[in-house]
Amino acid sequence: MSLRRFGIAAFALLAPLWNGGLALAEQRFPPPEFETGYKMPAITTPAPRGLAMEYVDVAVLVTALGVAAWLVHRKRSRRGLIVLSLFSLVYFGFYRKGCICPIGAPQNVAYGLFNPDYAIPVTALAFFLVPLLFSLFSGRTFCSGVCPHGALQDLVLIKPVKVPLWLEQGLSIVPYIFLGAGVLFAATGAGFVICRFDPFIPLFRMTGSFFILCLAGGFLLTSLFVGRPFCRFLCPYGALLRLGSLVSKWRVRITPDYCTQCRLCEQSCPFGAIREPLVATANPAALAPDRRRLGWLLLLLPVLIAVGAWGGSKLSVPASRLHPTVALAEKYLDPKKPAPTPGSATPETLALTRADENAEAILTTAAAVRRKFDVGGWWFGGWVGLVVGLRLVSLSTRTARADFEPDRGSCYACGRCYLACPNERVRVGLLSPAEAAGLNANRAASRVAASART
Amino acid sequence: MSTPAPNHPPVNRRQFFRDGARLAAMTGLGAFLGVAATRSRASQNTVWQIDPSKCVYCGQCATACVLKPSAVKCVQSYEICGYCDLCTGYFVPQPNSLDTGAENQVCPTAAIERKFIEDPYFEYNIDENRCIGCAKCVEGCTRFGNGSFYLQVRHDRCLNCNECSIARVCAGDAFHRVPASEPYVIKTTAHE
Ligand code: SF4
Ligand code: SF4
Ligand code: SF4
Ligand code: SF4
Repeated sequence: MSLRRFGIAAFALLAPLWNGGLALAEQRFPPPEFETGYKMPAITTPAPRGLAMEYVDVAVLVTALGVAAWLVHRKRSRRGLIVLSLFSLVYFGFYRKGCICPIGAPQNVAYGLFNPDYAIPVTALAFFLVPLLFSLFSGRTFCSGVCPHGALQDLVLIKPVKVPLWLEQGLSIVPYIFLGAGVLFAATGAGFVICRFDPFIPLFRMTGSFFILCLAGGFLLTSLFVGRPFCRFLCPYGALLRLGSLVSKWRVRITPDYCTQCRLCEQSCPFGAIREPLVATANPAALAPDRRRLGWLLLLLPVLIAVGAWGGSKLSVPASRLHPTVALAEKYLDPKKPAPTPGSATPETLALTRADENAEAILTTAAAVRRKFDVGGWWFGGWVGLVVGLRLVSLSTRTARADFEPDRGSCYACGRCYLACPNERVRVGLLSPAEAAGLNANRAASRVAASART
Repeated sequence: MSTPAPNHPPVNRRQFFRDGARLAAMTGLGAFLGVAATRSRASQNTVWQIDPSKCVYCGQCATACVLKPSAVKCVQSYEICGYCDLCTGYFVPQPNSLDTGAENQVCPTAAIERKFIEDPYFEYNIDENRCIGCAKCVEGCTRFGNGSFYLQVRHDRCLNCNECSIARVCAGDAFHRVPASEPYVIKTTAHE
């Protein structure tokens, strides 16, 4: 950098006007006094998109959520949901370019909570809270017809393959980990990683880096054969909606009336959300090993959290490098840093020059960010431990159910299973009651078969 | 017909637990809203903007924006422009001649219009449809001239990404969120 400085100094000597006159005239070249009556053009400052339009977005979101809830629970119409999905894809996806969306909004909230200088935009807060509130009443209605990401994946799904249950259950903890990471990096001010690695926004914008476009293509191709891969295995907001819909007031019911256990709906869900009936065991002794395992797992839970927190604290140093100031400070302190040469200034050497000039400020900021990561690493690790532990616990609990039912958390309320049910077909007039009765006979037969098996 | 099936008793233990959890979650969301709303000082949206005094002309504005060409453009503050014949933002060092020949220009896309006003003054305008935000002219003008050329995020183009892709890589750490009501940092004095 000394060479570069030298170069500048040499130029300063050649251009005495530059530094010398600063005290008197702040401009190197005084502004001209025009004699021909010349008028200076005004600087144009095109305004950003108005705040009013953002309220329109919120209104559209609330309306779409309401319509989705009605379509799922009252109208029970897959076709209606397809139309709504198309609308959402066009509006939130291609028109609003996927920004702001609830998937990224947890980061705005986390950033705002930990950095009081940042005002959480009203819209970001609304986009974060409103779909969650809806999930407490009507399940994942946001996913069913409002989310542009979900809509895109849902609409391109042509031939769903079944994901093995163990893989599904293993991968379904990834969204929670991603959510934790998103919150950690946002809260420490390192950036919004959920936005950075969002695979569909580049598609809505038709632009992006090579890496992200490859990711987008990969996800889109996968979506043709695996139902909603992003929703199931990555979406951090879906992780929250899943929790919300676990306690939702209304749930998706495959049958409008009563389940004849014909098993016709079983294969209709491309997301593997439909669960078989499970009778509560009459004999409590048979449950003893399960109970014991559950007990052990509950004991293991704090251990997992502690181990996770410890591991997370080890990760805090590499993770903090995602913060640009920390990265710069490290590079600046690195003895092998590239020496800036005149004429070939790269962003890197320019940043190093800046670090050289403001070394103290940059090192202080970097140290402060590091401290935040030290704390954040523990929390993040503990969170991962908790998520893994709770997943294990949930795997060894049994929920007794009488009918074929969608799993509350995994159901995207897409409405595909409705018309698979013969009783629903009778209700909408696609099947005569007599034909349905035939299926009921089938039910009796399968019952006999089932009891023969046990 | 769409009423819940009769073989599901409306209230049982699980149902009770769910109602409680839902109530707790709603309280939580409400508390969250309260905290989030009081923690934020300004009650308005923000947009991304460049602080011209921190820009070090690294060139990332031209390449890192998600838009091609970038939403960042060069802005000319006429008030502080010297209207120089030999504009160091317009001409390369030691130009062959002081004319509009492309080989003489700093700007790779010839986005700067040079207009004769009166002897010896020339007006310089940026054609934003051509400007790619590379900061080459900004460097020339700021290092050796009055610094009336500087980069700004143009909000008629910018998508206001939740995380600006340039902000992450800006060598001068010049990108910040500014209140949407004052979306530009217009230079009115040279060399701030
Ligand atoms: S899981 Fe996520 S991406 Fe999928 S529909 Fe729901 S919010 Fe959208
Ligand atoms: S030199 Fe670069 S920043 Fe300046 S006008 Fe040309 S394209 Fe725009
Ligand atoms: S916010 Fe997005 S569109 Fe605007 S300048 Fe940054 S990267 Fe470009
Ligand atoms: S990225 Fe930053 S330093 Fe580089 S040209 Fe843009 S504003 Fe200037």
